[in-house]
Amino acid sequence: MNGSAIDYRPYMDSEDKVYVDVTERRTKDGGLIPLSFVWEDGVSYAVDDVLDARPAASLKAGGMGLRYTVRVKRRETFMYLEEERGLCRWFMERK
Amino acid sequence: MSRTVLHADLNNCYASIEMLHHPKLRGHPVAVGGSAEERRGIILARNYEARAYGVKVGQALWEARAKCPELIVVPPDYDKYLRFSRKFRGILADYSPQVEPFGLDESWVDISGSARGSGEKLGEKIADEIRERVKFELGVTVSVGVSWNKVFAKLGSDIRKPDATTVITEDNFRDVVWPLPAADLLGVGRATQGKFARYGVRTIGDIANCDAELLKLWFGKCGASLWAYANGRDSSPVTETGDEAVVKSVGNSTTTPRDLENEHDCHIVFQNLSESVAERMRELGLQAKTVEISLRRNDLASFTRQTALRDPTHISTELCAAAMKLLRENYRWERPLRSIGVRGTNLIPIGQPRQLTLFEDEVKRGKSERLEYAIDDIRRRFGHHAIDRALLRLDDKLGRLNPKSDHAIHSIGFGGIQ
Repeated sequence: MNGSAIDYRPYMDSEDKVYVDVTERRTKDGGLIPLSFVWEDGVSYAVDDVLDARPAASLKAGGMGLRYTVRVKRRETFMYLEEERGLCRWFMERK
Repeated sequence: MSRTVLHADLNNCYASIEMLHHPKLRGHPVAVGGSAEERRGIILARNYEARAYGVKVGQALWEARAKCPELIVVPPDYDKYLRFSRKFRGILADYSPQVEPFGLDESWVDISGSARGSGEKLGEKIADEIRERVKFELGVTVSVGVSWNKVFAKLGSDIRKPDATTVITEDNFRDVVWPLPAADLLGVGRATQGKFARYGVRTIGDIANCDAELLKLWFGKCGASLWAYANGRDSSPVTETGDEAVVKSVGNSTTTPRDLENEHDCHIVFQNLSESVAERMRELGLQAKTVEISLRRNDLASFTRQTALRDPTHISTELCAAAMKLLRENYRWERPLRSIGVRGTNLIPIGQPRQLTLFEDEVKRGKSERLEYAIDDIRRRFGHHAIDRALLRLDDKLGRLNPKSDHAIHSIGFGGIQ
């Protein structure tokens, strides 16, 4: 019987979810602002501006958290702050 | 004054949460269920694709696979569901302090006291807002029922799925609710439904139009409640409930890879189950005042026994000791056991004052507690089997079970009816 069961594991990894290293600033009123991140190719990008932050899900990457809309090299993109099992990590969507 | 009550129900909750987190699952028939081992495990949730094949909640895994060979079965991740559930209630709490959860994936909200006004129109508007926010913020869909009482609000959330609002008013309930089958009414379980069928009562309208006295004769006090529910005369309040009260009991049971022959076998499995139960209680910040065991023999006869603890606990060794005591006092080993379970009930939040006793070593108890928290930490960082009690290594088959297989979190019942 086991042989016929479909293995779920190949379905569990998302190709569009990229966890990134982030340099951040903690403000005195408890806020968190991303300053720069390192993309998976090793290149570091500065966050020029934070335009918005709100709770949101990412259907593309597969996850949810606090979604920052940021400007990087004149382009707008999202950075998600995800909390899972006591871990607090940043992820971004692969374009 | 008429109330405005909302009931919000996350659609296919566990399956939807898994599909959100794992985009590759979308479009395939998916179920959340027990472990990959065929002997145990049931379907806890499934998506609409799986439903189209006839996969149902509560079905055995093998049965579901027979209906849908392509079914992808994902093991449950209660941590994730609890976190989701908390966020979901957080959204609801933005609309009213009166939020009453019914399990992890459903809640009532009473918005009668809203500063924005009252009435069905506002109820519908808030229901739509909630749907949009849940979709945007949590990435899953929710169905909402709006009515003047809890029973019809809940019924409303079941009428249109997924992602829909259904309003049941004092003007339309005879048209909307009464044609529905009697089984759809809160409190009508399988036994009640069978009895109704024998008496020719088929729809909720039939119940409403029965003589209330007759229903009382058939079902006792419950009969009177059912009659009132069917007529929209439910005045039970939406009670503000803290996070901790969402869960009524925490338990785990398992069908073991081989039958259990003696106390020693049971000890290994009880300890294993107790660890997962205790861990989950600590996560929830709860302690049990009562321990219950369930035993099923290999001829499938089963029973449960429970005992009150002198001290509330969330320590696995204490749960296991209570379970073993219950076993010794209540089982004569006429036959081997096929499946056993441990459950902590009568839960109270950690940190409530309690009476110490001279005859118990409180220092040792504190040490056991710290030890278990340390084990939690290690497991969180390095995985469940990074650290095990030596007892569990005595029998690889029994000790290596992953006990998080069964549906383990039970919610509070409604009006005494579960």
